[in-house]
Formats: sequence, C-alpha cells, structure tokens
Amino acid sequence: MSSVRHFFGSIGDTWDGLPPMVRRGIGVVALVLLILLPFAFTAGGSFIDNATRALAYAVMALGLNIVVGFAGLLDLGYVAFYALGAFTIGWFGSSFYAQVNHGKGIHVGVTGVVGTLPGVHMNFLLVLVLAVIVCAIFGVLIGLPTLRLRGDYIAIVTLAFGEIIGRVAINGDSLKPFGYAVTAGRQGITPIDSPDLPGLSEFGPLNLRPWYWMALGMALLVLFVNFRLRDSRLGRAWIAVREDEVAASSMGVPLVRTKLLAYATGAAFGGMAGAFFAAYLNTVNADQFEFSFSIFVLAMIILGGLGSIWGVVLGAIVLSYINTYFIPNTFKSLPHKVGLNFDLTDLSFGIFGFLLVIMMVLRPEGLLPERRRKLELTEGIGTGEAELPLEVTVP
Amino acid sequence: MEAASIQARGTRPATLTALQSFASRYGLIIVLAALPVAFAVSDLLGGHGLTHIFQNLKDGVSNGAIWALVAIGYTLVYGIIELINFAHGDVFMIGSFVSFGIWGTLGVTLTTTTLGVAGGLVVAGLIAMVACGALNVMIERVAYRPLRGAPKLAPLITAVGFSFILQNVGLEWLGGSPHGVDDLIRAQHVLFTIGGVHIINADVLAIGVTVPLVLLLVGFVHGSRLGKAMRATAQDPEAARLMGINVDVTISLTFLLGGLMAGAAGLIYALYNTTVWFQQGFEAGLIAFTAAVMGGIGNLQGAVLGGVIIGCIQQISDDRINSTWTPAIVFGYLILIMVFRPQGLLGEETREAG
Repeated sequence: MSSVRHFFGSIGDTWDGLPPMVRRGIGVVALVLLILLPFAFTAGGSFIDNATRALAYAVMALGLNIVVGFAGLLDLGYVAFYALGAFTIGWFGSSFYAQVNHGKGIHVGVTGVVGTLPGVHMNFLLVLVLAVIVCAIFGVLIGLPTLRLRGDYIAIVTLAFGEIIGRVAINGDSLKPFGYAVTAGRQGITPIDSPDLPGLSEFGPLNLRPWYWMALGMALLVLFVNFRLRDSRLGRAWIAVREDEVAASSMGVPLVRTKLLAYATGAAFGGMAGAFFAAYLNTVNADQFEFSFSIFVLAMIILGGLGSIWGVVLGAIVLSYINTYFIPNTFKSLPHKVGLNFDLTDLSFGIFGFLLVIMMVLRPEGLLPERRRKLELTEGIGTGEAELPLEVTVP
Repeated sequence: MEAASIQARGTRPATLTALQSFASRYGLIIVLAALPVAFAVSDLLGGHGLTHIFQNLKDGVSNGAIWALVAIGYTLVYGIIELINFAHGDVFMIGSFVSFGIWGTLGVTLTTTTLGVAGGLVVAGLIAMVACGALNVMIERVAYRPLRGAPKLAPLITAVGFSFILQNVGLEWLGGSPHGVDDLIRAQHVLFTIGGVHIINADVLAIGVTVPLVLLLVGFVHGSRLGKAMRATAQDPEAARLMGINVDVTISLTFLLGGLMAGAAGLIYALYNTTVWFQQGFEAGLIAFTAAVMGGIGNLQGAVLGGVIIGCIQQISDDRINSTWTPAIVFGYLILIMVFRPQGLLGEETREAG
C-alpha cells in the first residue's frame, strides 16, 4: 500500500514541478489523443462502449463529488438524480406521451424520422438543459429538509428521498396527475430518441463513436466547471463548511445558500449523466434506480479520493471498467479456477462494498488524495487517545 | 441573520408560541395517529365497524415486534458511538438465513412432532443469535474500531460497504429470489379470537419471543454492572475511560447485544413470513432505523414503541393502500420525523439533531 502511495505521490510532485508551458502542452496532447482514440478501435466495439460508459460515470461521480467531497454532505440518494435525468429524456425525448397534441406530437429542433413520430421530441441538447434544470430544482428540494441536520442524518434523509423516487419510478404508471402517467413503471420507456447533432455522424448502436465524443465533451465540460468552482469563492465556502460548519458560519459563509448550491450543482451533473445514459441505453428502466447505484457512484469517489477531482475521474474509470469489463470478462473464470462454483457478476456489489471497507480502513484519502483532505483524514486515526483533541486542549 | 430570527421569534404573539409548542409536543403523535384514525373513521362511516382496523393494528403490533428487536440494535449502537450501523439490517438477514439453515441441518420439517419442532426452533434461535452477535462484534472490530477517531463519514461508509458484503453473502447462500421456508409453526393457524380479531400462531411467537428478550435486555442495561458501564460510555466515553471502564470491551458488548436481538428477530421473521431472501435486510434495516429514530434514538423503550408504531403503519398501508407504496410511505414518515422532530417521541436532543 505504501508503495502505491509513494507512486502516486511522486507523480503529483513531478507534475507540479513541471513548467506551466510543458504542463499545458501535455494537456493538449492528451486531449487530442482522447479525441482521436475511437479511430483506433471498431466503431461498434466493446472498447468504445466501455470508454463511453466510463466517461458518463465520471460525469456522475464529479457531480456527487461536489456534494460529498467538497461540501462534506453525505448524499446516499444520488440515484434520484440519475432517475430524474433519465425520466427527463423519457418525457421529452421519446414517444411515451403519444397522445399529446392529438397524436401528432410536439417537436422542437428534431429532424428526420423522429420529427414525424407522436409524443414529445426535443433536441438532445435541449433535453440536457432541461435535465439539468429539473435535477437542480430537485436537488434544492431534497437539500432543504437536510439543512438543519448534520452528518449521518443527512445520509439517511437523502437515502430515503432516493428510495421514494425509485418507488415512484416503479409505481408511476398508476399515477396520472393530468391524465398522463408519470412513468412507464417496470415496463420502462423505450425507445429513446438518439441525439441528432450537427457535425457528428449518426448516433446509433453500430456506431458508438459519436456517443463517445458526446460523453467526452460532457466530461470535459463538467471537469472545467469543477475546477473553476473549486477555486472560486463558492468552492472555498464548500470546503469551509465541510471542515467546520460552525466556524464557517461565524466567518460569514451563508450556510443555507452554500449547501443548497452544492446540492443543486451535484444534482445537475447527475441529471446530465442520467439523460445521457438513458439515451445511450435506449431505455428508462425503473428497476435500475436502486440504492446500490448510489453506492456504486459513492465507491468511485471514495476510491479516487473524496474532493480530489482527478482522483474522482480515476475512481470512476477504474470502477466502471471493473464493472463492465473485468468482472464479466477477465475475472469471470476465476472462481472456477480455484474450484468454487459461483458467478462473479452476481458479486459485483459485494466487491464494491469490500472496496469501500478496505479503502476507508487502509487508505481513507483515496488513490489520488486531495491534500487538505488527507490531512483531515489522517489526523487522530490509530492513536485512539486523540479522539477529542479540542476538549483536551481548551480549558 | 440569526439574531434577527431570534428577535422575530420573541415578538410573536403568545397564541402562536403556544400553538408552536403544542405542535412540537404533539405534532408527531397527531401525524402518526392520522393513518389509523382516518381508516377507522372511514370504516365506521361505511358501516363496517372497527374489527378491520383492529385486525390491522394487531398485525401491526406483532409485525412491529420484529422491527422492535432490530431497532434495538440500531439504538444501542447509536447511543454508544453515534454511528448508524448500516450493516445491522443485513445482520438480521443473516440471522434469518442461519436459523433456516440450522433447522434444515437438524432435519426439522413439517412432519416433525410438535416437541421436535419446538426443540429445533430453540436450538436454531440460540445459534442464530450467537452467530449474529459474533458477526456484529466482528464487523465492529474490522470496520468501525480502526476509524473511531476519523470523521463521521468514514465509519458510515464502511458500514454501507459491509451491508453490501453481507447482502452478497446472502445472495450466494440462497440465491437471488425469495426462498420459501417450511411453515413449521402453522403461522396462519387461528389460535383464538378476541372481539372479532383473530390471534394466529405467528402473533404468539413474535410477542412471546420479543417481550421476554426486551425485558431481559432492559434489566441487563439498567441493572447489571456491565449495563452501567454501557450507559456510562454512552454518556461520555472519555470520562468512562477515566473511571476505569474498558470502553472497547463495552462497545463490543453493545454490538453483541444488538446482534443477539437481530438474530432472534431473524428467526421470527423467517417463521412469520415463511420466506427469506437476501434483500430483506436492507428494507428491514431502514424500517427499523425509522423506528429507532421515531422512538428517540438511544432510547430502548423508544425503539420498541417506534417498532410497534411502524409495524402498524406498514400493515395499514399494505392492507388499505398498496403494498408497493409501503416503502415510500415509511420513508416519507422517516423524512418527516428527521426534519421536524429528530429527537423522536421519547428521546433527548442529540448532537446530530442540534
């Protein structure tokens, strides 16, 4: 473990030691390589599929990182925003509401076959914006009741909200507030419109390259926003609230606004990724909005390092690959080799649970730790006596 | 900002203040009573009498007895180290699986004599309790103790992690779909009827196991030397340590007691519902946690009270609304309680709720 720590630590130091021009150059080269990457692989192959998923998960993890990593509010109901984002495209980008406008449908900025289908069909970018708005509003709504609470009570309230939204997703086919069902229940909403964007070739199941570029674009945008937010006044306020709420408040940080903005921003990114996933998977399936998904995303940011932006990206990519590639392919035959008879894919969430425990006990700061976080997490651990240092030193 | 709001509160008319204190004292009780009262009134208006709602409440109490046993585990642990032991619901699930496995091993089936079934169940119950107690102590040792000085998020995350590990153990053990259990006690057999309410074997089992266990536990916590150490540690771990109490052992003991209760609850659950499956723990855990918060977390009697109330709400919702909505209703109550009365019915203000 210490060699791993040393390895990543030395990478960070070397990187910081490079002159800015060189760092910028490396960044540009890496970006160009990322953009050109799909041409090295078959257009409908599993590599691009896995890479696209990893990037979309990175968007989601970066969103959760704002709430949990920056602001220190443990959100265990993040799946709610995945669901809301997915349903936004289900509502505004499919033939789900086939009866609207007397069966002729409503079309905004769509062309081709989709433009003639019944139901509400909006351009994918518009849907993304809508998903961001819907999720930000719900982020605030879910955040409001937790404002008075601290620590693990926040976790439970957000978890309860996540579960309620999951329930609504499953039972929504019987909820008809204006004569229109809220969701399609366990049947799921399918098919979902594929994005139709100028300058990109056709989005489809056989050509995954545009999906990859779309996901890459979203990830870069969210990364940029994350960096800018972290170094902004708001980002410093989040970190101050995380470190000590009372101290932050007495220093003039407006707690309500700061926390609600964290919830809203985190939720918005979750919704964006949710809408993308729904379009990519071509379905909004109510059964996928489970608590375990929240934990999957949480495990990504714990693995990478709470609050550390690059760490979170690394964590998302690693866990996504473990989930979509290593567990189904590489490790699948492992139990049979050691003489055990079970299917490793069943165990994926047990593996993530194990990862959470191991990481928290052995390396709570994650693979690529944020410096401040590392200090915070390592002080007082292992001594046992230094549990309440304030009580001891203050007379 | 803060000062302004305090001032504003001071200048409110007296009636509003009185209303507010009334709401904060009885609001939760009113909200909790709303569901049964509403259905009782609608039954009466429909000319059906109260038997149906009494039947619901009876089912609720016996079902709630199971939640009470699980809730005790949450409340004990929270009382002593202020941690939501997220894995506790899954320990309860393992309790169900162990007792199921034991009576399978002992060869207790539907054809066994009554005496044989009783003996087998006692043995299975004891083994399940010990297994769950040991499991809980192990989890504390591995996942929580190394993190005792760390920020609160850390042990909560390991707790979630262990919850997933145990769920996967359950999944590998008995498979992904609900697993039928032999109806050893003829759970639905009507034993006797009071005022139109049928008392079935399952009710007698649930109440008959829960009441003595809770009494024993309360006696232990309030009467014995170790119980005193537990209460002292809950109040102030540092001071308890200075007084010569072995805090680590005391915390382990707390987890052991919680695990024992969860094991017993697991046995009852398996016999009561005649199915077990690996996801029963997650939902049971949240329901029992709601019960513990409702009663006032850290308060043993409160946990039992909360368990019974949640049991009733759940039964009424299952029977009158729709069982697919029950989790949403229970979670709705959880949010309401957490937000408006985090100290619960019997509890004190906690640091969390402050």
